[in-house]
Amino acid sequence: MTQITITVNGKAETRDVEPRTLLVHFLREELRLTGTHVGCDTSQCGACTVHLDGRAVKSCTVLAVQADGGAVTTIEGMARGEVMHPLQAAFKEEHGLQCGFCTPGMIMSAADLLARTPQPTEAEIRGALEGNLCRCTGYQNIVRAVQTAARTMAKA
Amino acid sequence: MIGASVKRKEDGRFLTGRGKYTDDITLPGQLHAAFVRSPYAHAKIRAVDASAARAMPGVRAVFTGADLKAGGVNPIPVGWLHAGINVAEHHAMAVDAARYVGEAVAVVLADSAATARDAAEAVAVDYEELAAVVSAVDALRAGAPQVHGNAAGNVAFTWQLGDAAGTDAAIKGAKTVVRQHLGNQRLIPNAIEPRACLASFDAANDELTLYVTSQNPHVHRLIMGAFVLGIPEQRFRVVAPDVGGGFGSKIFIYPEEVVACWASKQVGAPVKWTATRSEAFLSDSHGRDHETEVEMAFDAAGKIVGLRVHTVANMGAHFTLFAPAVPTYLYGTLLSGQYDIPVIHVSVTAAYTNTVPVDAYRGAGRPEATYVLERTLDIAAGTLGVDPAELRRRNFIAPTKFPYQTAVALQYDSGNYAPALDKALGMVGYAQLRAEQAAARAKGRYIGIGLSSYIEACGLAPSHVVGSLGAQAGLYESGAVRVHPTGKVTVLTGSHSHGQGHETTFAQIVAHELGCALDDVEVVHGDTAKIPFGMGSYGSRSGAVGGSALFMSIQKVKEKGRRIAAHQLEAAVEDVDFKDGTYFVKGAPGKQKGFGEIALAAYLAHNIPGDMEPGLDSTSFFNPSNFVYPFGTHIAVVEVDPATGHVALTKYVAVDDFGNVINPMIVDGQLHGGIAQGVAQALWEGGVYDGNGQLLTGSMMTYALPKAHFLPMVESDRTVTPSPINPLGVKGAGEAGTIASTAATANAVLDALAPFGITHLDMPLTPAKIWAAIQTARGGH
Ligand code: FES
Ligand code: FES
Repeated sequence: MTQITITVNGKAETRDVEPRTLLVHFLREELRLTGTHVGCDTSQCGACTVHLDGRAVKSCTVLAVQADGGAVTTIEGMARGEVMHPLQAAFKEEHGLQCGFCTPGMIMSAADLLARTPQPTEAEIRGALEGNLCRCTGYQNIVRAVQTAARTMAKA
Repeated sequence: MIGASVKRKEDGRFLTGRGKYTDDITLPGQLHAAFVRSPYAHAKIRAVDASAARAMPGVRAVFTGADLKAGGVNPIPVGWLHAGINVAEHHAMAVDAARYVGEAVAVVLADSAATARDAAEAVAVDYEELAAVVSAVDALRAGAPQVHGNAAGNVAFTWQLGDAAGTDAAIKGAKTVVRQHLGNQRLIPNAIEPRACLASFDAANDELTLYVTSQNPHVHRLIMGAFVLGIPEQRFRVVAPDVGGGFGSKIFIYPEEVVACWASKQVGAPVKWTATRSEAFLSDSHGRDHETEVEMAFDAAGKIVGLRVHTVANMGAHFTLFAPAVPTYLYGTLLSGQYDIPVIHVSVTAAYTNTVPVDAYRGAGRPEATYVLERTLDIAAGTLGVDPAELRRRNFIAPTKFPYQTAVALQYDSGNYAPALDKALGMVGYAQLRAEQAAARAKGRYIGIGLSSYIEACGLAPSHVVGSLGAQAGLYESGAVRVHPTGKVTVLTGSHSHGQGHETTFAQIVAHELGCALDDVEVVHGDTAKIPFGMGSYGSRSGAVGGSALFMSIQKVKEKGRRIAAHQLEAAVEDVDFKDGTYFVKGAPGKQKGFGEIALAAYLAHNIPGDMEPGLDSTSFFNPSNFVYPFGTHIAVVEVDPATGHVALTKYVAVDDFGNVINPMIVDGQLHGGIAQGVAQALWEGGVYDGNGQLLTGSMMTYALPKAHFLPMVESDRTVTPSPINPLGVKGAGEAGTIASTAATANAVLDALAPFGITHLDMPLTPAKIWAAIQTARGGH
């Protein structure tokens, strides 16, 4: 067991973990933050995407010990109280989710894109979501949601 | 409210990470299950030695297929039986032999998932490898390895429909006959949420609760309780909480769920299992996998005079719940499409093979039928030298001919096909596009245009019809409306949402009918302890069947309210009307009662008609009298790069007729997702086994799921022909996109390749396949 401290959604969390524990399991099982999902075992689906020190990572591909001392934001940390993040609001507005399973990862990836490229083209959005699979939406309304969020965030 | 693109009520929890999927649920003291799975496609199980696994710290138990059988667990039954079908016993874990790679052989229960997985690797199974057979065509050859003792020649069943002699005569007498072999490859569903279950047996109350990724929790309870485990239904609760997509793959009763339930009782602790994606590839039922010979006969005017189809269907190693219905009643009956075809004969031979079981996957039989018809029509258009749109138009069933009796059993109640085709042609700019195509070809660019005019039969299903065809249950649906004393409403539906948005659309139906606010309606689904009964969601049935049951209950509630209102307003019942949430006496302004007042009165019962029971609720079961028949035309436009074989899907136009639409935003979403899945079959996806029965496409690295940048924006529009068979006039929208888009996309690619003299290639139309075909056509290789 190794003791680690990770700041998750602004709160420092110290736990003893097995060295093989993945960040996603640390979040889901230790902290019971189940908004971050697991959809594969080969780092393809992106359902597990969170932000580590400000960049999107697939939390199934990071060991919890690697995140020791770092800051993690999960989907649970995106809203400000009852006010949804513009991406969350836009996903609702544009019907960018159906079953909702890919959604947290999509939003975290999209947030990373918008942080770097505030006004992305459609092709840039589609390219940035390459590592996030959705089986329900055909991506159409996800792309629209990211476009809508980009517009809202530009106004803010 | 009906017909409005209301934003979804359920989105809030999903968007903030508060959805509750099965794997998110944790019970105190739960053990984790890991399965030992056969590495061989076919092997005798000589012995299982679990001593090393049992000795590992944290391991609580190991059970084998023999333990389950000895413990009284029955085989998993089949829900659809044809005459003469050879049903082989399907045990939750292999008892004597394993019949596909991934079949469960033993289960380990441990304190953590990681420990369980480690221990599963320490279980030593003594296998005697047997010869395996993978393709259905091979399985039916003389001398093929036998998958089951009771299915001679691996024939699972044979089935036919239509007029064999008449079709034969029509083909013999025809001016032109187009013949083609068509493969329809195996697909692997890949809902992004892997299957999971958590079973908890409560010994004190002798009750079992199962949380499970199910599209139909009552069906799970019925089959597992009554047939497999022998648990009385009243002491068995099945909960399908938030479910992350299904596409058919979460209909079936899976071995892991049976094992978790039984094992929980054995060990006295909750048992949890969540599939890894690798396990999902090896254990979720697959879809499609047909090999078809088609003959389409034409007269001199280009009218179809007869159609003969013979299909070999791969069922995999076992029948799962719906499997026998998929390549038969959901397939053969659709082979008339939108066309007036005087005679059709379809025959199907279904084979057992050493592969994962094959069952319903989005569209289930109907995409296969549409592909056969629409692909063949395009080949015929080339042969006859007729434009593909024109050939379709020539053969459409005339609007005056409805109700139309097809040559393959279905009676289409309504339809008008040319307007949808015309609209789609207009949207895509067909004439101009053909001109651009010709100009591009002259410059060595290969644009292709593909049409698919589809019909589907969904809204499963008239119970008497499916019963006469072999279904072991009726396919009605329940819907209950419980009006509370405050006038707020709880809806209990037997349908289940795993992405479709019932919490919104069903609330819209109630709000529309009762004139209340959307937020005053709560829709409950997915829990057998709360909902009277239900058949679940698949076959595009929720709106047409579940929505109709709900509608019936609302009418009963409204009518009871009307009687209370008449009583209180001292008017005759016939003189009381209801509009926008208010009962009023016709022609007497001011004499009125709000729905909320009436609801309260119904529960106070101080002032209601003397012969009336207090309370205001109703439960209804809707049993449709026919299927519903959505239809439309989709057009795909592609450009093929001859240097690489790469296909770019550049435009996609969809015109569909879903009848009345409750929420256009949600219907469009269903369409987009369905189209992505259908396009993916045409271009990318394919489940591939090697000759030994190893799944070569066993992960998301090797199985090509569509990504965001593979797809263009779909342009969609609708025509509206309300269904006459349900009170809402709705049809189903969940599968249409998938049913239409595979053929449209494949047709577009083959249209692009026409200048090379390539008339057909089997799917998936990958760059490698296209490049090789172009090289061959050019005489390069
Ligand atoms: S769980 Fe699929 S990429 Fe992490
Ligand atoms: S919404 Fe279901 S996987 Fe994306």
